[in-house]
Amino acid sequence: MKKVKADPKGVLTGAHYLDGDFAIAEGALAAGCRFFAGYPITPSTETAERFAERIPHVGGVFIQMEDEIASVAALIGASWAGKKAMTVTSGPGFSLMMENIGLACMMEAPLVIANVQRGGPSTGLPTLTGQQDMMQVRWGSHGDYEIIALCPDSPQECFNLVIDAFNLSEIYRVPTFIMTDECVGHMNEKVVIPPAEEIELVERKWYEGPKDKYLPYKPDKDMIPFMIKAGDGYRFHTTGLTHDERGYPVINAECQNVCVRHLVDKIKKNADKIIRYEEDATDDAEIVVVSYGITSRVTTRAVMQARKAGIKVGTLRLITVWPFPEKKIKELAKKIKAFVVPEINYGQMVIEVERCAFGQAPAIHVPHCGGWVHNPNDIFKAIKEAAR
Amino acid sequence: MIYFGDLKAKKGKIHINKDRCKGCGFCVEYCPKDVLELSEEFNIKGYHPPLVRNEDACCYCQLCETICPEFALFVILKKEEEEGEKGESRP
Amino acid sequence: MKAEERFEEKNPMEGFLRMDRIPHIWCPGCGIGVVVSSFAEALRKSKIDLDKVCIVSGIGCTGRVAGYVKLDSFHSTHGRAIPFATGLKLGNPELKLVVFSGDGDIFGIGGNHFIHAARRNMDILVICVNNFNYAMTGGQVAATTPLTANASTAPYGNFEYPFSLPYLAEASGATYVARWTALHLRRVTMSIQEALVKRGFSFIEVITPCVTLYARRNRLGDGLNLMKYYYEKSEIQHGADTRTLDISYQGKLIVGKFVDIQKPTFLDCMNEHLAKALGEKYKPYGVKP
Repeated sequence: MKKVKADPKGVLTGAHYLDGDFAIAEGALAAGCRFFAGYPITPSTETAERFAERIPHVGGVFIQMEDEIASVAALIGASWAGKKAMTVTSGPGFSLMMENIGLACMMEAPLVIANVQRGGPSTGLPTLTGQQDMMQVRWGSHGDYEIIALCPDSPQECFNLVIDAFNLSEIYRVPTFIMTDECVGHMNEKVVIPPAEEIELVERKWYEGPKDKYLPYKPDKDMIPFMIKAGDGYRFHTTGLTHDERGYPVINAECQNVCVRHLVDKIKKNADKIIRYEEDATDDAEIVVVSYGITSRVTTRAVMQARKAGIKVGTLRLITVWPFPEKKIKELAKKIKAFVVPEINYGQMVIEVERCAFGQAPAIHVPHCGGWVHNPNDIFKAIKEAAR
Repeated sequence: MIYFGDLKAKKGKIHINKDRCKGCGFCVEYCPKDVLELSEEFNIKGYHPPLVRNEDACCYCQLCETICPEFALFVILKKEEEEGEKGESRP
Repeated sequence: MKAEERFEEKNPMEGFLRMDRIPHIWCPGCGIGVVVSSFAEALRKSKIDLDKVCIVSGIGCTGRVAGYVKLDSFHSTHGRAIPFATGLKLGNPELKLVVFSGDGDIFGIGGNHFIHAARRNMDILVICVNNFNYAMTGGQVAATTPLTANASTAPYGNFEYPFSLPYLAEASGATYVARWTALHLRRVTMSIQEALVKRGFSFIEVITPCVTLYARRNRLGDGLNLMKYYYEKSEIQHGADTRTLDISYQGKLIVGKFVDIQKPTFLDCMNEHLAKALGEKYKPYGVKP
């Protein structure tokens, strides 16, 4: 794929004091996003507001659609028109988006959706934090498919990971998600935005061959098909129905087999290139705390206390939550006593940790049903329990 | 028939894809010149496709071509041998 | 079969249809094919650049049109063709967008999207094929099913009031509203031609026969019987008040062009307003310098 330079018009170079939501908007503009279709929902609205304010200066379109369903439909349309497109939402809106997320996966349309999570289920806690959509982002739509989800832990990381999310979605032609939460979204911190030359961007693989030989869904050597945009005379067809390489619907089991495997394998087989995490002191650790997002910052304190108490604790901070770092967990499970998984939900990623540990090390959950972050003492207590 | 000197009535030649026809009868019913009728034969789907009963009456109005839901019918303008006529099949 | 190939090659529709996917899935006597022919004729006559025309369909019998037309075509989710088209149009304002979908798709699940796109005066053309039911799934009652008509989910007859589509379109802000039946081939073509060059939200309703479901369930005969009904009961009243266009079961069908006004589109409004608010700094979007 093409490496491109960031357009300086969209890059607000300098050191700023921004909250996570604003950082997401700035990251999107820096990444070249010029189309935003959204719907207001607490706590993500600020991103839409910032984008609406900034986009006339940068050049692009902001449209507030009538609901989240329309937002994602418009994003897919804009993606096929050649634009980088994004939206933001929270729990209830995320649920509404699910059908069209499935359509985006099936059509292999690159787009980015940020979910600034809040307490759920249903209307839940609109103004307070949660990490309760972690499984939904992976399994929310019907059918078999794979997505990429990234988890920032600070406004600076919101900025950085949004750029990465756009790059990943362009490379793999898959909807990519930024799973922040209300805490990070509304937290004001220093965000350093580099000059445009230092930002590395990637564009989707554009097809450059003869028009009559173009097959919209023929995978290339790296399993990703070439993409074109509407209006260039390719007269292509794309559909949410199970389709063959020409994009035409073929309703039988053989085509379904090829289609579904392609959608899943293109991420699964490239998982090693996509997965990112940060580990600390895991080489000789007895307990490893697996966390992501805002919880990883709370974990820092608990880990400090635990190390003072003499426990050999390592940390694994997940940056890519999906695809899940199965190999890393499996490797750690062989040598440690237990995993401790604090998360602001009642048991989601801990299920993955447990699954990947293959029974070699228990995964101890430190739940928090939402509304606030963990008390570090609770995590410390869990680490102590695990160490015994 | 010849009107006003060089002006001649257009004549069309109807091409029918018999196996595509689903026997709806629109072309037969709405042809203004009663050029078509449903045949007695069966096509591969079991329907009675139309046949051209009266080719000379066809005035190239192309209504049968547009009204056929199966895209199974099209009309070509018959080329004229005399001068003054372009003889192009699609105006 | 060689004869087949020659037919496809010479068929004037060859440039507009994906002939490798014909024969299509529609029933004998179904009016959708007729509307597609009228549409193809309009495309040809308008001499519009076909590379820039995109067609978006939803789910349903009419939703399959995208798969058969040789344009950049998109078959999206149920009811969401209009916002999909919005995204395409705003992503590349040079495109001419046509949403070709059914009454159940656009006005049932997609009702909200229709009224907002009309309100915003999005520059898209919506062709709604109205066969008074949800045909693809077996003939369920739709928002347009006339009172007392039979449908699979209204087995004792429909007791809900239906929409009057031109009324709804005009009330929502559409700048071009017309209604025809499938029998009015040339007029459908003319309307589509007019709407293709018009900037703003255009809506054309085409009442078409649904033989296997609507006609069968209501014992109305076959395609020809329904076409005869259109012939007998339709009346052209251009400019009629859209409040008077209700369709009762097998009742009068008032057709014609009801609304044809000029109004700035969404992008026009956006550019004009932001230029006023931001002055020289703002570069209009989608406008060639």
